[in-house]
Amino acid sequence: MSDKEEEPRIGVFVCSCGSNIGGLIDVKALAEYSKTLPNVVFTEDNLYTCSETGLAQIKNGIKDHNLNRVIVASCTPRTHEPLFRDCVKKEGVNEYLFNFVNIRDQNTWCHQKYPQEAFEKAKDLIRMGVAKAAKLEALDNIIVDATPTALVIGGGVSGMTAALSLANQGFETHLVERENELGGRLKTLHKLFPNDQKAQLLLDNLKKNVGSKENLKIHTSAQVKNIEGFVGNFEVSVEENGNNINLTIGVILVAVGTSLFTPTGYFGYDGKIRITQHELESKLNNNDVKAKDIVMIQCVGSRNDERVYCSSVCCMTALKNALVLKENNPKSNVSILFRDLYTPGTHYEDYYRRAREEGVVFIEYSPEKEPSVEENQIKVYNQYLGEELLIPYDLCVLSTPLVSNNDNKALAQMIKVPLEENGFFLEAHVKLRPMDFATAGVFICGSAKWPVDITESISQGYAAAARASTIISHDTIEVEGATSFLPDYNKSLCTGCEVCIKVCPYNAISKNEEDEIVITQVLCKGCGVCGATCTNHAIIIRHFTDQQILSEIYAYGGKEV
Amino acid sequence: MKNLGENSKSVVIIGAGIAGIQAALDLGDMGIQVHLVEKQSCIGGRMAQLDKTFPTLDCSICILAPKLSECYRHDNITLHTLSEIQKIGGSVGNFSVDVLKHARYVKEGVCTNCGDCGAICPVRGITNFFDANLVTQAAAQIAFPAAVPAAYRIDPNKCLYLNYEICGLCYQNCGADAIDFTQKDSILSLDNIGAIIVATGLDLAEDIHTLNIYGYQKYDNVITAMELERLICASGPQAGHLSRLTDGKHPKKIAYLQCIDSRSQKGQMYCSSVCCMYTTKEAMIAFEHDNELESYVFYIDMRAGGKGFQKFLQRGAKEYNIKYLKSKISHIDVDKDDNPIITYEDYETSEIKQLTVDLVVLATCIIPSRGINKLADVLGIDLDHYDYVKTNPFLPVETSAEGIYTCGCAREPMDIPRSVAEASGAAARAAEVIKGG
Repeated sequence: MSDKEEEPRIGVFVCSCGSNIGGLIDVKALAEYSKTLPNVVFTEDNLYTCSETGLAQIKNGIKDHNLNRVIVASCTPRTHEPLFRDCVKKEGVNEYLFNFVNIRDQNTWCHQKYPQEAFEKAKDLIRMGVAKAAKLEALDNIIVDATPTALVIGGGVSGMTAALSLANQGFETHLVERENELGGRLKTLHKLFPNDQKAQLLLDNLKKNVGSKENLKIHTSAQVKNIEGFVGNFEVSVEENGNNINLTIGVILVAVGTSLFTPTGYFGYDGKIRITQHELESKLNNNDVKAKDIVMIQCVGSRNDERVYCSSVCCMTALKNALVLKENNPKSNVSILFRDLYTPGTHYEDYYRRAREEGVVFIEYSPEKEPSVEENQIKVYNQYLGEELLIPYDLCVLSTPLVSNNDNKALAQMIKVPLEENGFFLEAHVKLRPMDFATAGVFICGSAKWPVDITESISQGYAAAARASTIISHDTIEVEGATSFLPDYNKSLCTGCEVCIKVCPYNAISKNEEDEIVITQVLCKGCGVCGATCTNHAIIIRHFTDQQILSEIYAYGGKEV
Repeated sequence: MKNLGENSKSVVIIGAGIAGIQAALDLGDMGIQVHLVEKQSCIGGRMAQLDKTFPTLDCSICILAPKLSECYRHDNITLHTLSEIQKIGGSVGNFSVDVLKHARYVKEGVCTNCGDCGAICPVRGITNFFDANLVTQAAAQIAFPAAVPAAYRIDPNKCLYLNYEICGLCYQNCGADAIDFTQKDSILSLDNIGAIIVATGLDLAEDIHTLNIYGYQKYDNVITAMELERLICASGPQAGHLSRLTDGKHPKKIAYLQCIDSRSQKGQMYCSSVCCMYTTKEAMIAFEHDNELESYVFYIDMRAGGKGFQKFLQRGAKEYNIKYLKSKISHIDVDKDDNPIITYEDYETSEIKQLTVDLVVLATCIIPSRGINKLADVLGIDLDHYDYVKTNPFLPVETSAEGIYTCGCAREPMDIPRSVAEASGAAARAAEVIKGG
């Protein structure tokens, strides 16, 4: 491991990123330029530095030129820093002596029309990166013990599935449900698409399996009251039937589902003859539907200015209930007024075809000319015919969207995760980390993230269980060493003003019994807010020290520190 | 980090696209040994071919590449490329699997991916599936520069030395001594396999006669979405500068035709699930290359139920000059300058109309992976009536055989996030077998 006194020997690898960088600016010239910078002893340009070939070139550079600092000038640390850190670490260079210079996302991508200026900016960025690299210090990651237990919040189909899978993998699992029995939305459904199975059958099966596991503790009429701690070591207090329980938990899964939208003011909704699909299912469960002329209207309260999104389950729900109504009374007339029928994939498209074959009538409407629901008839403009149709009805069913829970915000604050603009939970990466949160050790599944059907709720339940298992399958957890830090030699500088405690977004800073500031390293994300606000410069942000940042600023201005 | 408990059993994953990769990484990170079996010479599957991904417009290979490398370097994952499953025995908890490993004729760990063999190889004109067959390559080949493993291979059907024992230029010129003509196809027998995951992904219906009514392969300015994907990709055959294959002209008007051979009595009855979204994405990327571009999307139902998808479409219409036309295509002709003329019924006015454009892009149907029937026979699993792996709606990652799981497009067309989620789901089920005993 390099120590502070060692003379920096910096290697700079400039990535072409195919043509993402090399198509705009001359990477060979950048590599040549880097050679002229202080402490740089080796440079190279690569087509893809992240490829196995590129990584081998870094390793050879370290070996052949005895490098103790490595810079990659390429895409973005967001996706690639772990890869390069790991690469230098394997060659014996401390991973914190690697420095990433972003010349793609923050340069060639955003300055596509200015190649000359982008080239000059890349030179500046590399020069700054080199200056910082010379000041970098080796750090160790922080290793903490992990408790192999899981908490699943929400006892609907997704939560039950996740909890069952974790229990089957041998982990002690706690399933917390607010209501007095498990099941969530599944409890109120009539049948399930696309095989028209009774919802009750699936519910009974799931409940039986969940109830049969000794290592799965079910807490009904229970609510999570407080969560402290961090991945591997959450301290959770749960109120169950008025009693308080404290649990030590390794990972947390959020499976709190969604809420229903009441379409007050839409299409004369009255809850009697103009009802929601959900109310229709309750009536079907009670065998309480006498209507003969049924009209369903899709996208009620969704895909509009107020709620832009498609709720994705309503078309299939309408088809399912239309088929049930047709089966119960083949003489009934069922029409579905829709905008774009959402039946993606194989089985759902088959289901749509089946509904047409069974005589369900599909009539398209456009949002510019919405149907108007009158006392006994519905007027809808059909664009193929170019005229208005009058449809008599004795039951009008409105397909309303699933909406986010009002109390998502409180839970999100408790577990320190974000919500998106509609109030659904926001995952770490929409594409490749669909079940993870940016906060380590917390996962998401089911409709709490975005409206999904039962099939997807189940697969997501399993998926979140797998992601959680990758953490609690090990007895320790490693977290970043780039954290904020109050060194002993700076303690005399601390005035005890507590500004850092107030500004820390991760609750990582507190005062101990001696009235001294204490930073819980594993909670710190290294965001730097405390260091920036510390009135007396007592707090140091490792990997982003004042000296390291100043060196970059001076290098930009052409001065060495 | 110590793994909790001893896991002596491993998992075989068939197919190393994004689904297979995610399942492998999850299981590997749980401390379970994985054999990841891929029939191509490199891993990454379809996602590696894509330029960007919706709805975030992330560069596809950029977010995938770290996962490819992670798979390659992972202590618990063994990659078997150019490999297929030949036989299985046993049952859940204790399968045995025979893997047929085709010879690469290049030593994987020795090859430096310098490209000298490909440059000197005299056999040319072999189409490269990775670039949607738009460019050709030599018999000494690699799918794309960032391929994992980063090793060339010799195409045994085309190589002069392997067929006629003449040439051998690559062998003589390889500075790393990586060429090895003595390699033979071999059988690897894997025992103590607790579970199997089928993640064989998809193929595209691109070479069938039904596409002829759209002028595909008749008119050069009618291309498929995957071809466009490669043409607009910075690492593709036109380095991202989209131009027509007939005259090199930059297209100013592009038409995107949806549901080509899907939702059709003549082709496949089902919906391919992803075309509505990737079409808007492609139109956006093309617009970013040329702000004067007009895009026309001809569609039946706009299917955009995923997170942020409706907003994505709104952005397309507002900021990227995309016009969405609810319509049905009749046929396509070309004018004297090879510009495609689309004849269609406008659903909003019930009129027959024509539109002349510079380029037509066909959203071709996703079909089951070619070879899935043979694999299903070997594994003893059922397929559905479309030849996708059969699953139950409420046991979405289970096949008909106990201990064999599935995920992603092997079982139904779906987008990347859903494939990734299902892959993790299949990993969880496999982990239940291994850890639960």
